[in-house]
Amino acid sequence: MSTRAAFDKALKELQQDILRMASLVEQAVYDSVQSLVKVDVTEASQVIIGDDMIDKLFLEIEEKCIKIIATQQPIARDLRIVITGMKILLNLERMADHAVDIARSAMCLSGQTLTVKPLEYIPQMARLTQQMIKDGLDSYVQSDIEKASAMCALDDDVDYIFAQVFRELINCMMENPEVVMQSTYLLHVCRYLERIADHATNIGEEVIYLVTGEHKELN
Amino acid sequence: MKKNKMLVRDLNLYYMDFQALKKINLDIETNRITALIGPSGCGKSTFLRVLNRMNDLIDGVRIEGSVFLDEEDIYRPEVDVVALRKRVGMVFQRPNPFPMSVYDNVAYGPRVHGIRNKNRLDEIVEHSLRSAALWDEIRDRLFKSALGLSGGQQQRVCIARLLAIEPEVVLMDEPSSALDPISTLKVEELIQILKQEYTIVIVTHNMQQAARVSDLTAFFLNGEIVEFSITDEIFTRPKDQRTEDYITGRFG
Ligand SMILES: Nc1ncnc2c1ncn2[C@@H]1O[C@H](COP(=O)(O)OP(=O)(O)OP(=O)(O)O)[C@@H](O)[C@H]1O
Ligand SMILES: [Mg+2]
Repeated sequence: MSTRAAFDKALKELQQDILRMASLVEQAVYDSVQSLVKVDVTEASQVIIGDDMIDKLFLEIEEKCIKIIATQQPIARDLRIVITGMKILLNLERMADHAVDIARSAMCLSGQTLTVKPLEYIPQMARLTQQMIKDGLDSYVQSDIEKASAMCALDDDVDYIFAQVFRELINCMMENPEVVMQSTYLLHVCRYLERIADHATNIGEEVIYLVTGEHKELN
Repeated sequence: MKKNKMLVRDLNLYYMDFQALKKINLDIETNRITALIGPSGCGKSTFLRVLNRMNDLIDGVRIEGSVFLDEEDIYRPEVDVVALRKRVGMVFQRPNPFPMSVYDNVAYGPRVHGIRNKNRLDEIVEHSLRSAALWDEIRDRLFKSALGLSGGQQQRVCIARLLAIEPEVVLMDEPSSALDPISTLKVEELIQILKQEYTIVIVTHNMQQAARVSDLTAFFLNGEIVEFSITDEIFTRPKDQRTEDYITGRFG
């Protein structure tokens, strides 16, 4: 029997909140990439509007963390749960901002037909990135440092694809000046996805800190 | 200056046939604050009393092992216990000023030790009260009864009384558990200042207090030391699950 039932409940709730936030962010990333690939302005604008809700949720959960610290004075692992929780939130919030960046790119491409071949890499990169977010959160919930490390290793794959797309898009632009605009936007989008993957890696590092109490650089 | 002021080696303590301390080994570092934490009845006060042989006063206590103060075993039979307790002094949980003036409380020890010169006593009293961070509050009330002071002030009078006999090690058994938050913080601040000159061992039930004031922390459980480490480590990443459970309040 725990002597700190109310506190344990608050920590459990915090975890639930973070998962809720993560699923919204994951969806936003997915939708933003869809809106881009289909050049769907309506879907893109929904992502942008939806970000307000994510920001609001972020502040709400952050407020709860502050309250826990002020009233419960957590130490040791309890403190790490709250602190890593806040840092995971922060990383999720940044991911959502990048989803908005991607949606904005989709809007800028409005009316265009995307013809460049490297476009096909983008859903692949997005899938990997989403997988990382999902695994990162799973590893958090399960305190699974092996899963966290494995997830962080996926970041290399993302970086690899990014380098590949970069080279190919440069070639496209050199061969055909008409695709310079769409290629540039796609380059940005890849860059955003690459950043999202970096934030996922940060989450993995936080999980390792949460479990071991030691910081470990993974990318 | 030696790194360690006191060393405890393979110490066992029995109250009749009940073993209250089990094979304790601990290095008490010079000019550091060592906190002892642990659940009620785990042996903290017993251990504190080991350090200045206060357990000698209790019937049926038997001790094995050794305790060194500056490399001398304090349990050798020829040790002068009164002199030992002058070097290793103690502050208790409840402020226990003598029913006399503040001045006489603080001058008590020096007088017992033969100091009669009025000027010399005045000096000692002022210096001790200053060291106990009480002088400014109390300089106008030196000749009023110490019993008329607030709890926090009384506790600092007791600390001043101890400092007046110039101890080397100060043992404190929950020195602020009977005090309000402000007095508690004053005593804590005082402890921080005192460590420049003294070696301090403090028992506390207040985790935040141990975390705030001490340099090193020992976690006692059932008469054993489960974990002893730098305070920051104990409160951020304790190695033993039992320590973690205790400090995070998930015990039993
Ligand atoms: N004079 C005594 N005679 C017999 N047993 C004693 C005596 N003093 C203490 N004990 C026992 O020794 C054990 C340790 O007691 P001690 O007072 O050292 O614990 P503590 O850690 O200081 O507890 P608390 O936090 O409640 O002050 C307890 O089981 C206690 O009952
Ligand atoms: Mg005690």
